[in-house]
Amino acid sequence: MDRRSFTNFFLTGGLLGWLGSVLYPVISYLRPPHVPEADVNVVKAGLASEFPVNSGQIVKFGRKPVILIRTDTGSFRALSATCTHLDCIVQYRTDLKQIWCACHNGLYDTTGRNISGPPPRPLEQYQVNLVGDEIHVARMA
Amino acid sequence: MGKRRRIGLGLYRWLDARFHITPFIDFMRHKYVPVHRHTVWYYMGGVALFLFLVQVASGILLVLYYQPNQDGAYDSVRFITTKVQFGWLVRSVHSWSANLMVFFVFVHMFSTFFTRAFRKPRELTWVTGFVLLALVLGFGFTGYLLPWNELAYFATKVGTDIMGAVPLIGEPLKVLLRGGEDVTGATLTRFYAIHIAIIPALFTMLLGLHLLFVQRQGMHEPEYVARLPKERKTMFPFFPNFLLRDTLLWLLVLNVVLYLAVFFPWELGEEADLFASAPEGIRPEWYFMFMFQTLKLLPAHVLFIEGEVLGIVGFGLMGLAWMLVPFWERAIAGDGRARWPTLIGVGGIVFILVMTIWGYLV
Repeated sequence: MDRRSFTNFFLTGGLLGWLGSVLYPVISYLRPPHVPEADVNVVKAGLASEFPVNSGQIVKFGRKPVILIRTDTGSFRALSATCTHLDCIVQYRTDLKQIWCACHNGLYDTTGRNISGPPPRPLEQYQVNLVGDEIHVARMA
Repeated sequence: MGKRRRIGLGLYRWLDARFHITPFIDFMRHKYVPVHRHTVWYYMGGVALFLFLVQVASGILLVLYYQPNQDGAYDSVRFITTKVQFGWLVRSVHSWSANLMVFFVFVHMFSTFFTRAFRKPRELTWVTGFVLLALVLGFGFTGYLLPWNELAYFATKVGTDIMGAVPLIGEPLKVLLRGGEDVTGATLTRFYAIHIAIIPALFTMLLGLHLLFVQRQGMHEPEYVARLPKERKTMFPFFPNFLLRDTLLWLLVLNVVLYLAVFFPWELGEEADLFASAPEGIRPEWYFMFMFQTLKLLPAHVLFIEGEVLGIVGFGLMGLAWMLVPFWERAIAGDGRARWPTLIGVGGIVFILVMTIWGYLV
């Protein structure tokens, strides 16, 4: 290796090393740190006696929205309210008796199964327990 | 010689002796604008540039009151529009001129496409123009969220989720943009930084390069004009003649912006609620509508690929092909008289128009 190529090699290596030492901290800085979330396993979602039949509402489950539905027959169901298509929050349509996403017209039945429109997967299920008159929504065991 | 002219000349000589400015003036003056039946299209880039300047000015004013956080964003925009003197006007001007800027950037792009101004030696002018268009869309996407209203909140959820569908880099890119897993106040702060610092810095550099290329290479002449003998061509100087006409048009455009801002003030909508169902009528800005509508029409799965992945990869490839037009157009157009490129352009416009209209009707 002659003197010129040695210098070029040395300078290029130095430049790359310098770029790496600048870019690495910058890129690491841009990646948001993981914020630990309080582990929510169960939330109270109001009184069963005050929850009308054939209706639904969004419940805060930690930082995630969950849709709680009371079907025609009076039974409760809880499902993730985040549409599996593109992340919008779904709603219960009393006229259709189904779960609907307004963003792209996706439909799920009350068990969370994707039945029409673009959603590729069913909605994640949650467990509903009645403690006296109080509705408890919990993660599936 | 009048007194004022003498002072001006004196000042010029003073500066020239120190900074040698004559070559710069000559560089400004060397460009001539050809006059033909397509001359009107030369003004479109200038209009987009002017609207960008309006954006910068009105944006700086908005920054003085806007609060880029989840608790303050919506209220601060309401404060600007209801309490700050002429705040309603500044905000409306910012929104209207942003939309008009996107419109004129598209007109400018298609006019350079159809007159084939992207051909050698202007390939890089086209490429820088394409990147500027991408940055303009980035301006629009990030700015849309800043008032923190319901419509923008869900449009941002959808938009960033679509980016998550990009193979390999999608998920990290989504988290990087959102500043976390979900669209939250962290996203708002991040979008604000992108909107007022990162994109403007990149945009200014690229715009400088784009304008330098135009100034260095002069105006493009359509082929039928270029073929004319010199004595049959009509030209007039860019500086000051064309620039003065430009200024007159800019004044007209400013009037249109003000008219729209005064008589059709931009709405603020409902404040975003992170735990509310998406309302009906969620839609992105009109310039994203054709992509939104296409994605809406794609089924959940096409063969074994998720519909949205197929859509986003398809649009990505089309965008890449469009950016590289100067490098493949010659190959299919041959001697330059073939109609293929024009048909592709017309097809693109028809597709965008049909999907946009459909998106608003459904």
